[in-house]
Amino acid sequence: MSPRAAWRLETLGFGDVYDYVDGKNDWMAAGLPTEGTNAEHPRAGDVARKDVPTCGLKEKLGDVKARVRAQGWDAVVVVNDQRVVFGLLRSKELEKDPELLIEQAMRPAPSTFRTFVALHEMLHKMVGHKLESSPVTTSDGRLVGLLLQTDVAAALEKDK
Amino acid sequence: MPTEIHREEVRTLVAAGAQLVEVLPSPEYEEDHLPGAIHLPLKKIDSEAGNVLDRSRPVIVYCWDTA
Repeated sequence: MSPRAAWRLETLGFGDVYDYVDGKNDWMAAGLPTEGTNAEHPRAGDVARKDVPTCGLKEKLGDVKARVRAQGWDAVVVVNDQRVVFGLLRSKELEKDPELLIEQAMRPAPSTFRTFVALHEMLHKMVGHKLESSPVTTSDGRLVGLLLQTDVAAALEKDK
Repeated sequence: MPTEIHREEVRTLVAAGAQLVEVLPSPEYEEDHLPGAIHLPLKKIDSEAGNVLDRSRPVIVYCWDTA
């Protein structure tokens, strides 16, 4: 739609016309602010816990587990030095052999969600797919935070 | 020929005074639009562009994505 708009504006005499080809999807996926009625309600990126622990692929599970538990968490997101998400360990994976490397113990390529997804939609997906938690990422795969299903339900209740 | 640009160029151009224009229909604009975006649906460009846009400033149009 925007290419047609851009071309039409040029033919109408506007001389300096640009087409933001990636559009609103790209803007919102990057976690940038918007205006409008939806902007008044919290979304996945607002509720995701930004303080979720992270670890690298080559760390030992036992070391990571100790660190994660000490922070009061039972989940950790596996990222690289650019915070691109590779995997996720929830309580079940954290209980595996402590000598394993993280890349051997993790759930690889977990489902991730974008920051702008509405909470009612998130709850529907998380319940439907039995996800107790899911990473929220930017459009280029970088970790924003971990979204907990319990937090989503609580935020929706509060937003009523 | 319109120039295709990406997010960072949008921010730079808007900061320099470009007009940002969402060309989607009303409900989609009302729910979410980029900060400061003018609403000019595609179907109204012919009749209203001359009234709502400044010809002396750059114009950036957008919809959802490349579709």
